[in-house]
Amino acid sequence: MPVFIEQQKYLIDYTLAALFRRKTRNLGLLLVYTLLVFLFASVLLLSQGLRREAAVLLQDAPEVIVQRLVAGRHDLLPAAWLDTLRQIRGVGEARGRLWGYYYDAAVKANYTVMAAPERKLADDRILIGAALARVRQLGIGDGFSLRAASGPPVLFKVAGVLEFSSELLSADLLLLSETSFRTLFQLPPALYTDAVLAVRNPREAAMIAQKTALALPSSRPILRSEILRTYDTVFDWREGITFLCLGSLLLAFLILAWDKAAGLSAEEKREIGILKAIGWETGDILRMKLWEGLLLSLSAFLAGYLLAWWQLFHGGAKLFSPLLKGWAVLYPDFQLTPTVDITQILILLAVTVLPYIVATLIPSWRAAIADPDAAMRG
Amino acid sequence: MIELQWVNKVFNQDQPNECRALREVNLRLERGGIIVFKGPSGSGKTTLLTLIGCLARPTSGRITLDGRLLSNLPERFLTQARRHTFGFVFQQFNLIRGLTVLDNVLLPAYPLGRSYRDLHQAAQQVLEKFGLLAKATNKVEWLSGGEAQRVALARALINDPAIVIADEPTANLDSTLSREVLALLGELATQGRTVLISSHDPLVFESARVNRLIELRDGQIVGDSCFSKDA
Repeated sequence: MPVFIEQQKYLIDYTLAALFRRKTRNLGLLLVYTLLVFLFASVLLLSQGLRREAAVLLQDAPEVIVQRLVAGRHDLLPAAWLDTLRQIRGVGEARGRLWGYYYDAAVKANYTVMAAPERKLADDRILIGAALARVRQLGIGDGFSLRAASGPPVLFKVAGVLEFSSELLSADLLLLSETSFRTLFQLPPALYTDAVLAVRNPREAAMIAQKTALALPSSRPILRSEILRTYDTVFDWREGITFLCLGSLLLAFLILAWDKAAGLSAEEKREIGILKAIGWETGDILRMKLWEGLLLSLSAFLAGYLLAWWQLFHGGAKLFSPLLKGWAVLYPDFQLTPTVDITQILILLAVTVLPYIVATLIPSWRAAIADPDAAMRG
Repeated sequence: MIELQWVNKVFNQDQPNECRALREVNLRLERGGIIVFKGPSGSGKTTLLTLIGCLARPTSGRITLDGRLLSNLPERFLTQARRHTFGFVFQQFNLIRGLTVLDNVLLPAYPLGRSYRDLHQAAQQVLEKFGLLAKATNKVEWLSGGEAQRVALARALINDPAIVIADEPTANLDSTLSREVLALLGELATQGRTVLISSHDPLVFESARVNRLIELRDGQIVGDSCFSKDA
């Protein structure tokens, strides 16, 4: 074993010297390689972080949401439905919700407006999301007017800015009292946007959804798990589009790596011949080349991954957030929680490190199995 | 003892540019002393040395070393022979550019996994012997022809081989340096090693240190003279 370790130390020593001898070439390759890993790792880490963030936030979301459909379209729900829903076995509580969208022409952005009776807001008070506060430069106590559906503006006072940890979903949120909501949107008192159900046993949520559909044929029950799945799909889709763009970059890199690694120069072939002539085995040459591939690709991988990690979790994720958070005027500003996913790292290793190592080994093996004399002659 | 029986070497066989480098060579080389292969360019000297030194295989025929057949050994065993029995000094030195003198000398010993201290001690000794200690950290491309030749010789000796093969060792050197290299090779022979040299330099094959002179022409042996070992 000590002989084996000594051998590897000598091989690494020689490999490092060989890498430094072709400084410009290897440095160029290292930079391109690092950039590629950085881009891929950024997309993977960001999309995974967003998914996790959404999942954490939606944990507190209601188990079942009930909507009313008219001609296949979402319509307002009559308050009488709430009594029907309360009578379904297993339903703890049924509550009507009021929410909608408000287009603000001044900043060309849509706000999500929601009645929040649990906040006990006065009718002239509102709570706003952090992104909204940033865009409109609003602070607590500032006045903010919204145009009512009937025409005249309604003036509110900002009572608070929604807390930072929920900004992913609340960036564009505007909360107000039920009365103000109905006044703003000219909504009759016996109608709600949808209803939320509290379920006594969360494992029965699917069953309750079925019972709801039976009791109210024009209803559409939505489970929390379905919302989570939709978020996942949306992020998967966006991730896919981003990867498609990066795919061409990966292809370009593979061509470059193949050209740099596979195309052994006459000098490199001669060097392999010399090493064999002075007593190196084909296995020694391959081990040396394996070290070379590993040192270069793992350095690039490590640098690229750490760089992606840093820019994402400490640098504000400026690069890819528009692609993965969505195109909007009101971008959420929030801090992702860093986590290590071994499977993700292994996948990234497989698509970036393995091809390079294979590209390095095959031509070296070809040169190394020739007679030393033939290899030296090129 | 090295023995060659009906050895042929053909390059690019069955192709328009086929070249018959060696024809029906039969030779028996005793251990010890300096043996010089003399002949004009293209006579097959270098090819013969590469076959003896296991750098290439003969197209046909047998090569044995102390009764052990080398010519049909698998690659792994040929490497063992190259590593432990032969030390090569090439005509163009074949040093690895970009590496230091010390690194070049150490290279043949890397796959053996000897301890760092032993290996460096051995390298220091051999460099000192050839007057290269002061240049140990210099890159080989900065060396003069004579120095590069001595580095190549030092590299050939790091694994302490029994047979040293030198291909045209004076081809790139002036007369003074040639004599110097010849003296070093003579010293190796004095230590009991076998030194095989290919050369068409009269300074080499007319040297009093030579124990046997074998003449080649067109891939065949055309002359073989033995001299006293005490010469």
